[in-house]
Amino acid sequence: MIGEIILIAILVSAACAIPGVFLVLRKMALMSDAISHAVLPGIVIGFLMTRSLSSPLLFVGAVGTGLLTVILTESLVKTGLVKEDAAIGLVFPALFSIGVILVSRYTGNVHLDIDAVLLGELVFAPLDRISFLGYDIGPRTAWVMGIILLLNIGVLALFFKEMKIATFDPGLSKSLGFSPVLLQYILMISVSITTVGAFDAVGSILVVALMIAPATTAYLLTDDLKTMIILSVIIGIVSSVLGFLIAWALDASAAGAMASMCGVAFLLAFLFAPDRGLLSQIRRKHSQKLEFAVTMLTIHLSHHRSEKQCDLECHEQHLTEHINWDRHFASQVVRKAIGDGMISSSQGLLKLTQAGEQNVKTAMME
Amino acid sequence: MIFLADYTLKIVALGSALLGIVAGSLGTFAVLRKQSLLGDSISHAALPGIVLAFMITGSKSSLILLLGAAVAGWIGSYFILGIIRHSRISSDGAQGVILSVFFGIGLLLLTYIQSQPNAAQAGLDKYLFGQAAALLKEDLWITVIFGTVAIICMALFWKEFKLMTFDPIYGQSLGFSERATDLMITALIVIAIVTGLSTVGVILMSSMLIAPASAARQWTNKMGAMVVLSAFFGALGGVAGALLSSLIPNLPTGPAIVLCLTAIVILSLLLSPNRGILARSAQRYRNRFAFSLQKLLLDLYHLEENHTDGERAHSIKTISLIRSREGNIRIALQALESNNWATQTDEKLWTLTQDGRIQAEKLLNKGEENL
Amino acid sequence: MNKELAIDAEDITIAYHEKPVIWDVDFQVPPGIMMAIVGPNGAGKSTLLKGILGLVKLTAGKVGIFGDTYERQRKLVGYVPQRTGVDWDFPTTVLDVVLMGTYGRLGWIKRPGKTEIYQATEALEKVGMRDYSTRQISQLSGGQQQRVFLARALTQDAEIFLMDEPFQGVDAATERTIIAILKELKHAGKTVVAVHHDLQTVPEYFDWVTLLNVRRIAGGPVKEIFTNENLRKTYGGKLSFLEEKESSSPVEITPSKGEQP
Repeated sequence: MIGEIILIAILVSAACAIPGVFLVLRKMALMSDAISHAVLPGIVIGFLMTRSLSSPLLFVGAVGTGLLTVILTESLVKTGLVKEDAAIGLVFPALFSIGVILVSRYTGNVHLDIDAVLLGELVFAPLDRISFLGYDIGPRTAWVMGIILLLNIGVLALFFKEMKIATFDPGLSKSLGFSPVLLQYILMISVSITTVGAFDAVGSILVVALMIAPATTAYLLTDDLKTMIILSVIIGIVSSVLGFLIAWALDASAAGAMASMCGVAFLLAFLFAPDRGLLSQIRRKHSQKLEFAVTMLTIHLSHHRSEKQCDLECHEQHLTEHINWDRHFASQVVRKAIGDGMISSSQGLLKLTQAGEQNVKTAMME
Repeated sequence: MIFLADYTLKIVALGSALLGIVAGSLGTFAVLRKQSLLGDSISHAALPGIVLAFMITGSKSSLILLLGAAVAGWIGSYFILGIIRHSRISSDGAQGVILSVFFGIGLLLLTYIQSQPNAAQAGLDKYLFGQAAALLKEDLWITVIFGTVAIICMALFWKEFKLMTFDPIYGQSLGFSERATDLMITALIVIAIVTGLSTVGVILMSSMLIAPASAARQWTNKMGAMVVLSAFFGALGGVAGALLSSLIPNLPTGPAIVLCLTAIVILSLLLSPNRGILARSAQRYRNRFAFSLQKLLLDLYHLEENHTDGERAHSIKTISLIRSREGNIRIALQALESNNWATQTDEKLWTLTQDGRIQAEKLLNKGEENL
Repeated sequence: MNKELAIDAEDITIAYHEKPVIWDVDFQVPPGIMMAIVGPNGAGKSTLLKGILGLVKLTAGKVGIFGDTYERQRKLVGYVPQRTGVDWDFPTTVLDVVLMGTYGRLGWIKRPGKTEIYQATEALEKVGMRDYSTRQISQLSGGQQQRVFLARALTQDAEIFLMDEPFQGVDAATERTIIAILKELKHAGKTVVAVHHDLQTVPEYFDWVTLLNVRRIAGGPVKEIFTNENLRKTYGGKLSFLEEKESSSPVEITPSKGEQP
């Protein structure tokens, strides 16, 4: 049982991570928030028509409302009457509200209540099983999410190059003949389908966490699209499995715990990522500040070399006064510059060396 | 208004009206600063604050829970800014992460305390979707006090807020600190959000900020008027939604208010006299019609010029031949006739009047000038 | 810092994200002149203005306005930012925007009153926009937007005016109006510094020029500084305009009235 739950968690987080990468790269992360709220009425209408949570009609309804969100938002923006952020913020709460009202008024005591929509029930997911030729072949959610994962991988494989170009250079993509609009809609359909598939496991809202958090985390760790996709899948899987185990121990919502662990993963990357993390930024800033200052000093000396006031400008004391460095920092810079062989000093008068001249040239070329 | 006699309903209506005023007026800034969705992130981020406040104090007093919400919401917005500033993640990604993760933590904590053998926590989930019917007098007082403080702040710093919203770079050159105004405006938005959590709930609260302001923007071009109108729309939608939800069973308050506000937005987008969709398409239609009349007038004029035999009247068929224009020629001809520019002969043929010729020549001259 | 200089910026280096945009620039502006800052895209022209105004942090160097820091002399400096930096659909009127020029003097909380409205109206009159004062700003053309921004800086009642591309995308009539106002300011003893793109009009509009490309290439009176050699140093010889010029006559004696390059 627990094995099956973990399998479902893995499938859900992997399926979510793939479209998430593109959402983050295309700066459309909040579109997934909007869609995950807005698919609710589609799901509910599908449910009310079939009285079943496993009907494919739910997917049709959800994809319909997901696309409706995108279309409504875009046409609102096109009127020029509201800005894009407000348009998103107007559309999805309205659709979500319709969904919530439908749930609370018409579904009565059937097992589609608000909590299930918000949180999903990962623990109950293995109870709903599929049998084939009389044999039990496993939980329905696992199959559904497995298929969605394959679909997402398929879309990715088919359109990888196009997605890559459309994401990094929409203009070029258009001139090459791929329509970024078409790809955008494919992406949105994939987001909608994944959201519906995942909602009864993790709830419609926390789908956002599984889509956005692993992708943003991976974005802090790599520049390469392929690596970023693989990393976000791994981060998603690890956070959701850990999250589930924590929830199991605390007897609390699995979805909430999974989202929290995604947050932890993000925080770790934000602080400790080797190149872009906050700590390495601080460390680099420190060492670069000195290096930068040395270059500045060489440029300064080369500027004033030929001038009459050279004696004045090229004196160590001047640095404190004019460049606005404090005395301590100024002498630190001069010491490093001398150590690096960039300048020479005689009685406080600073002079560029050959290496210093070269340094000025390279700095100016940039 | 018989049902207002009902004590609960009175509180509900009053509470939602106050909330609408506070959120509506402050929402103006969120919308104008293009930070509409920041409100959504802050309100989602408030959830763990509510639950933690309860876990720490054990109290269910609205004041304490909402203070927790305010602190968490403010931390959330601070994190968002920090992520944007210190990494290459753009604002949408930062908001997506913070809102979903904070909300997830909130749900984790909420479900955790619900699983504890301690029944006292019941009722916290009203903050998810709001429950106007459960409003107490205490909630009203909180809204009044927080709201008044926020609105007074807004009035006091009106000039600065307007300047820094419209042109922050210029404002800084004048010596106003962007950091300070950002901080104040965000704090006020947090207050507006927090006052609405018990009525509308964390998930839909952002609508209370965005919808009234977006509607108000359609009716006015002045920021002051926009704030007042937005407050009015907020109150209207709030009261309508809250009353509907109190009167109709199984109608949660938050969604009801959101749908009422959405209706106000849709009506505003359609009907506003200057920017409205209807007004603009009517204007476009009028322009197109006027343009097609001018073209028809010129066509008739050229037709006359080409007929050197002095034949001046033409049948509708002839006229249609030279005109590839879609639409009804008969209506256009009748419009020309009513302007006294064209007239119909006894043989049902159309010809220009003297006035019409003069008008056509005027148009031709103007066209040349424009070249 | 030199009290005689309107702007005395020494050894300014500005870096965004550890990448230098301006390297060790000395920038001196004597009072009562009109100076153009000229240089290719990405030369750091706007950044230099922002550095003087304290809008971006200086990595090194310091700025003096009539011998004191910008913070203390703020009221002496008027600023016209690029007009593309704001949302022109903002719900406010022309007069309201121009009134913002008085905010710095008013300080926190205090509101503009009759005096300020009078000043703003006068400034609008000067730029030929008085009839537009109650208009919503979204109804303005590019040239009118620029006039409004100029009027806003005029109400600052400053001694030094810093302008970021004041002629970018404006109609010919507006360009004439603006240059007339700038010359008037100069005659009144004010100092004008403008980031400028159109090399052709530099000798006609300005009397001083600073050539900038990450570092300062040259600066001084147009007649001395605005030479082919200096321009080539600034633009790296890639400018087709220069080759054209070379075959005819040196730039400094040609007050060209031609089209934009």
